[in-house]
Amino acid sequence: MVDPSIELLVRDLTIRYEDDIALRIDNLEIRKNEIFGIIGPAGSGKTSFLNAINRMDEFKDSMDVQGSIRFGGLEVSQAQNVYALRKRIGVVFPLPVGLPLSVYENVALSPRLSGVKDKNQLDGIVERCLIRAALWDEVKDRLYQLGSLLSGGQQQRLTIARALSQDPELLLLDEFSIAVDPVTTMRIEDVLKELKDEMTVVLVTNLVQQVRRLADRTAFFLGGELVEVGETENFFTGTVEDQRTRDYVEGRFG
Amino acid sequence: MFEATELNRHNHSVQKLVSILFGLVTCLLALPVLTILTVLIYKGGPNISFEFLFSAPTNGMTAGGIFPALLGTIWLVVVALIFSIPLGVATAIYLSEYASDTWLTRLINLAIINLAGVPSIVHALFGLGAFVIFAGFGTSILAASLTLGIMTLPVVIVATRESLQAVPPEFRMACWGMGATRWQTIRKVVLPNAISGILTGVILEVSRTAGETAPIMFTGAAFFLPFLPQGILDQTMAMSLHLFVVSTQVPGVPETLPYSVALVLVSMVLIMNTSSIVLRSYVRGQKKW
Repeated sequence: MVDPSIELLVRDLTIRYEDDIALRIDNLEIRKNEIFGIIGPAGSGKTSFLNAINRMDEFKDSMDVQGSIRFGGLEVSQAQNVYALRKRIGVVFPLPVGLPLSVYENVALSPRLSGVKDKNQLDGIVERCLIRAALWDEVKDRLYQLGSLLSGGQQQRLTIARALSQDPELLLLDEFSIAVDPVTTMRIEDVLKELKDEMTVVLVTNLVQQVRRLADRTAFFLGGELVEVGETENFFTGTVEDQRTRDYVEGRFG
Repeated sequence: MFEATELNRHNHSVQKLVSILFGLVTCLLALPVLTILTVLIYKGGPNISFEFLFSAPTNGMTAGGIFPALLGTIWLVVVALIFSIPLGVATAIYLSEYASDTWLTRLINLAIINLAGVPSIVHALFGLGAFVIFAGFGTSILAASLTLGIMTLPVVIVATRESLQAVPPEFRMACWGMGATRWQTIRKVVLPNAISGILTGVILEVSRTAGETAPIMFTGAAFFLPFLPQGILDQTMAMSLHLFVVSTQVPGVPETLPYSVALVLVSMVLIMNTSSIVLRSYVRGQKKW
């Protein structure tokens, strides 16, 4: 029976590119309405994990995913309708992607694709998502200017607003702060803390302090292996089991 | 401390020499184009009038105007575009947005590149065999335009594919990530941002189509016709063939006539190319990312 408090259930997952194993996870559970942090150095398989969850392997010819990922009780590799699956999962990439549409259309795109035509309804979605992404005040007077011409930090919040417009159950963030200024980073972090009441957030980052500020539980990936997973607190109180985790968190490598 | 050494001075003079030399070569290259235009305008310009553009040739093509040829070229170009733009753009979208990198797509790419390299006289003979005789269109605008269309397909495909690939892959990822299908992504995000490049390719195709002679000689262009074409199954006169005819095939043509025909033809092509450049710079001015 599926435990309703589990959002993502990963079993015996192996992700390969050609013959190289990018990530292997025997067992991992991500709970509903938690912020789940994933830390680890570059090349440890963090991004591959996110791509496997929303089936982006479809667009990467060399990527091969074996094993089981259950999302809300659904086996993602068996999903009949990957588009519906992806709609339930919002994604934020490392580099801000303001689509070359107006600010308004950036946020209205996903609702439009799902068939929402009513102008009032779209207006409502756009305003609500921009407010929740802490961007409304800055763009409310220029909703019809190009989203791709906003500053980097604004574009990243626009990306978050766009993800929210899907009304997702799961939000995947891949090193969202890599190209934004510290002030924007803090604002987005505040946004995430509020969002967690409504959705599950998976936060991939290489900033150890960021998971400390945000994540309820954290996993440490290294070289394609899930080294350790546990309460975030444990990572910073020295109660982790693996010496490599301790070394990484304390900044001795990576 | 900052004094030039012998080596510095040597490098500096070499660099100066190179820039002057290459600049001269560049100027030399512009010379033939300018010469052609000057001669055409000088010899053919005075003869060009409203009358010349909009009346038919008379006196065994030694007098009168060029209207049937001008109209015929427009016919040929338009019909060729109707055929080659949808096919070319669809092919380019498939190759750029759908096809994965397999031996088959590589073979198709190779075929497209080779199609661009086939001499136009070979296209002409292919068109004669395939469209005039086999498909039974006879020598007609349709057969000639299809031949021109096939010949210029690679231009459309390559231009379209390149402008599609100039759209950053991140845009596609973002769109796919929110549950859009490939086609929704293409329609909403990729195509609107590639349209300027596609248009540039199309206009370049137009100018090439307008100037070609060999492919239409056997397939649809006539030496002289006393009437204007009424539909796509009629033959037609065309500017390029008309130029060839009045230059070499008809006795007693006044010396300035071929120059005037050539000037009109070159002007058509130049106007096309210029508008393509203007269009491109206009769209670049509205750069979206």
